[in-house]
Amino acid sequence: MSERDGEDLAVATSGLTKRFGAQAAVDGIDLAVPRGGVYGFLGPNGSGKTTTIRMLLGLVRPSAGTVTLLGGPMPDALTTVLPRVGALVEGPAFHPYLSGRANLVRLDVADRTADPRTSAHRVDAALERVDLLHAAAKRYRAYSLGMRQRLGIAAALLRDRELLVLDEPTNGLDPQGTREVRALIGALHAEGVTVLVSSHLLSEIEQVCTHLGVMRAGRLVAQGAVADVRGASRPVAEVTTPDPAAAAAVLVRLGLADVTADGGTSARGVLDGHATEDVVAALVRAGVPVRGFVVHRPSLEDRFIELTGGGYGADA
Amino acid sequence: MRTPDDTTDDATADTTADSVPHRVPESIAETVRGATWRLLRSELRLVLSRRRNQAGLAVLAVVPVVIAIAVKVAGGGASDGSGSTTDSFVGSVAGNGFFVALAALSVEIGLFLPLAVAALSGDAIAGEANVGTLRGLLVVPVPRTRLLAVKYAAVVLGALLAVALVAVVGLVAGAALFGLHPVTTLSGTTLGLGAALWRLLLVGLYVGAFLAALGALGLFVSTLTEQPMGATIAVVLVSTLMWILDSISQLHAIHPWLLVDKQLAFADLLRDPVYTADLRLGLLTDLAYGVVFVTAAWARFGSRDVTS
Repeated sequence: MSERDGEDLAVATSGLTKRFGAQAAVDGIDLAVPRGGVYGFLGPNGSGKTTTIRMLLGLVRPSAGTVTLLGGPMPDALTTVLPRVGALVEGPAFHPYLSGRANLVRLDVADRTADPRTSAHRVDAALERVDLLHAAAKRYRAYSLGMRQRLGIAAALLRDRELLVLDEPTNGLDPQGTREVRALIGALHAEGVTVLVSSHLLSEIEQVCTHLGVMRAGRLVAQGAVADVRGASRPVAEVTTPDPAAAAAVLVRLGLADVTADGGTSARGVLDGHATEDVVAALVRAGVPVRGFVVHRPSLEDRFIELTGGGYGADA
Repeated sequence: MRTPDDTTDDATADTTADSVPHRVPESIAETVRGATWRLLRSELRLVLSRRRNQAGLAVLAVVPVVIAIAVKVAGGGASDGSGSTTDSFVGSVAGNGFFVALAALSVEIGLFLPLAVAALSGDAIAGEANVGTLRGLLVVPVPRTRLLAVKYAAVVLGALLAVALVAVVGLVAGAALFGLHPVTTLSGTTLGLGAALWRLLLVGLYVGAFLAALGALGLFVSTLTEQPMGATIAVVLVSTLMWILDSISQLHAIHPWLLVDKQLAFADLLRDPVYTADLRLGLLTDLAYGVVFVTAAWARFGSRDVTS
């Protein structure tokens, strides 16, 4: 990690590892969250996202590796760095018999760098921002799951932050609530706040992210700007034909990569910049009986499934 | 009314959305004065607003009332002369309401007061871990040492409140049913009521020191688990076990090591002059237990992974 990188990154980890007993929950990851970006931290449940986030925030001590948060080493710089970070870790947690507002007031009082004179104002502003002001006086135990999630986000917004770390903020929200959280992240992004948002569902946060990091079984298997992560997956041409061997020969001659011909119905090849119409024309000129021609452009979703191995037990 | 926008010297009003979002004023991480007191106040409010704790205080307060009424109804002379401290105090109630407070303290020191402290201290860290609010506090951030200090301070203040409540209710009930008079000490001399009340205050502080030491043990246990009820039960078990061991005279060799061994010596404060040997040992034991377990709690909590 060069010094320049260190300055441009809101979150940087190097070889970050956490072992619980013999098992590595997080295995040597180099996270790089650029300042001002919205970083989607993706991975199936149990892939190590939450443990990573706990290490970023100083809740869990790394077994190896380093964490730099807003330029400060964690956990050593915890007291100066964390007031500039708003965080929702592994779902909301509040005192059930206190009201939503009383819970936020308690957290604000606990922040010894927060000005008590503006406390009431900031608490109400945070509640307003997540549309909970109407339920501020209700006990937390009477909140719905969605309201609880929003109160958790409000706690992260008690002060102006440079970085927001939101762990699964859309968990348990209905589609409307999920949309609202996305809109909120977008608005914060527009204000210049860096956001690290984790999810096990790509579709819920894909639209607002500028960068993605994908975890699988404790390792960071992909990371970068959204286009780069998506781009790593290339479009594939598929020819449906009764003579796949002939079709494959043409594809190879044209220079397509990874050409395969299966059984008796189709041939495939990675298109890589070859114009579709040229390929079709070449096939026809070569006398290949073309019954169908399809280009598979992998969506980010496909890429995500490909990276994470898809489904349970894929990492066994 | 001041709003953040017109408070120019206000660190929190500086928005990071300005033209230079990466630079934050130094003052944003500066400590606001009195922050620890405000956190302690918030902690005490939280503790006192819990129904469970309010009910616990009510139970503690009922005991002196029951003692006073029982003696009144029985018509005095309740002591069967077996000579225990409690009997001696209860026996003196009919003549002087002042002794209701002492009788209540000596009755409650065995179980009720330790139980109250066990409930408070067991809940201190484990309770927050159990509902998940611990991680919220730590990322605020509340440095772990500070959180532990505030939690322990709240436990000690809670214990002192419990002792004060028992003593004051005892005095009020005693005054109402028997009146308050100059106090005959265990040595046979007589103390004026004012001097006797000072002695009662010292008794309260002595019992408070014992409970603070027990609270340190509870705080430590509370850092070991995410189950507050488990921590509370463990502390009550340890406390009760020590009282039992202390009552078995064949085990006198280990008695000096037990936290509870010299606690009933608070009665020595009502001798004239005050007999200090046992009191001193008692305070020394309190201090030793307190230091050992607060340190253990700090060592444990400071390095622990918070995964709740």
